[in-house]
Amino acid sequence: MEAADKPAPADALWKHVRKEWKLYSFLVVPVIYFLIFKYAPMLGNIIAFRKYRGGPNIFGTEWVGFAYFRMFLKDPSFWRAFFNDLTLNVSYLAVRFPLTLTFALLLNELRRVKWKKFVQTVSYLPHFISMVIVAGMVKEMVSLTGPINSFLAWMGFERIPFISLPEWFPAIYVASGIWQSLGWGTILYLAAMTAINTELYEVAKIDGANRFRLAWHVTIPGILPTIMVLLILDIGGILGSNFEKILLLYNPLTYETADVISTYVYRMGITGGNFSYATAVGLFEGVIGLILVTAANQLSKRTTKSGLW
Amino acid sequence: MRKSRSFGAFDWINGLIMILVVFFTLYPFLYLVAQSFSSEAAIYAGKVTIWPVEFTAKTYEVILSKPDFFRYYWNTIVYSVVGTFIAVAATAVMSYPLSKDKLRLNKFFIPFVLFTMYFGGGLIPNYLLIAKTLGMRDTIWAIVIPGAISAFNVILMKTFFAGLPSEVEEAARVDGLDVFGIFAKIVLPLSKPILATITLFVIVGLWNNWFGPSLYLQSKEKWPIALYLRQIIDNAVSPTEVGASSDQAAQIAASVKSTAMVLTSLPIICVYPFVQKYFVQGMMIGAVKG
Repeated sequence: MEAADKPAPADALWKHVRKEWKLYSFLVVPVIYFLIFKYAPMLGNIIAFRKYRGGPNIFGTEWVGFAYFRMFLKDPSFWRAFFNDLTLNVSYLAVRFPLTLTFALLLNELRRVKWKKFVQTVSYLPHFISMVIVAGMVKEMVSLTGPINSFLAWMGFERIPFISLPEWFPAIYVASGIWQSLGWGTILYLAAMTAINTELYEVAKIDGANRFRLAWHVTIPGILPTIMVLLILDIGGILGSNFEKILLLYNPLTYETADVISTYVYRMGITGGNFSYATAVGLFEGVIGLILVTAANQLSKRTTKSGLW
Repeated sequence: MRKSRSFGAFDWINGLIMILVVFFTLYPFLYLVAQSFSSEAAIYAGKVTIWPVEFTAKTYEVILSKPDFFRYYWNTIVYSVVGTFIAVAATAVMSYPLSKDKLRLNKFFIPFVLFTMYFGGGLIPNYLLIAKTLGMRDTIWAIVIPGAISAFNVILMKTFFAGLPSEVEEAARVDGLDVFGIFAKIVLPLSKPILATITLFVIVGLWNNWFGPSLYLQSKEKWPIALYLRQIIDNAVSPTEVGASSDQAAQIAASVKSTAMVLTSLPIICVYPFVQKYFVQGMMIGAVKG
């Protein structure tokens, strides 16, 4: 493929491969692995355009064109899932992004190294806990006899069955996400902060800048490339809600606000056996994600000169 | 870098915020521990907040006296160990050539790997491939093979390899080692930090994995603990199934979830503080590459 766009002729390349064959031989098994487990499923998306009724031939039986796409675009459940994805992710991003950045700036202000390390260690911990346990914890925390309801009762309010009320699902989703990712999300910011030239701080201090001005005029510009990269990734994932968490936390009572594209694909395909239909929906999500990442990356490169590629 | 200033009002407020963050992060864990050691009456009355109320270790006794729990635990250990071994070996083998600028075909292979970070086959094609075409259903291979190499881990390791001093490899070559010898005897021993990091990333992923097993493992005796825990949390496991006699059933029903959650997260929480720096280090290496 790329041999063609090289100025050097094909036998020069062949010579190069023969000379370095030992190094290239490392790649044989991993590349086969990538072809089978990463690229074959991409090709497998072909069943979105073909009728697949089960069986070992995962490429289906007959062409149906865009029939499945037309079908899901007319399905109100699909659109509900689509807008739930947007709502959940946009609200999560809107809360998490400023909070994580603020938390990173505050951590950066801690003087005592041991105390800072301790706060970091504790705040990273939830990132490593299995989603099953996180979801279990959430259910325990919001249960009728759990601490949140006990607190409400103590304040004189009624107990609320949070987990079965659709209007509470976004709040549960966002809050549990913050709990799990606030600390871990600061790592890249903190790494970027250590790379800022300390002389900039000294100069700004001589100019009389206080702590807030230092953060605003030195720290934030210094970590702007990191901020942009993370934002690009987040925008690309705007349709990719936390599938595992939702699958563990939602129930038919809350589908109205909790069902997202990936859980919809799961129910249609894995539970319902409508493989072709579910694949069409999944492919739609994947392609939109790819387009969004690419667009966000281009935009970032144009405005801040930093991007993913 | 800025040690000249005194400890002012801002530092007090900041300290208070940090204490709150620490408290809210740890609270759910404390609550689970408290509940797992509390009596059913106290739990149902909503009396448990942060300390055990009417202390009892009955639930632990019942769960730990049944071999089931240990079998699921053992399955998890097997999947984690086998899967980690495969993943780390494969990632290292793939990353080494990709770290060599002199390999001209890397211009093709690196984007080949990177592309998978931004686009994937999706749930259904992956499921059909693994379960139907490859026939891995109900085997350990469905758990340990499909996720063995991730583009992210390859980038981390490739970046680390590329940062190793080339003189060392050059010296080994002069001493008569070939590429395989250099990789095994020079590069890998020098790369212990990144190997540790990737090992931990992978092992946590496998330890916590429940979705893959829920898709591919039909036989309950092959389940990892995370999947069993999911059943318990969804009330799909009766107290007698956990091993409770009829007079213990109410107690078990009340605190089996929290107890199982504590027992499952315990290894991670115990090991985590000691290995935490490797995770952070891994993220830092990744950040350089960004």
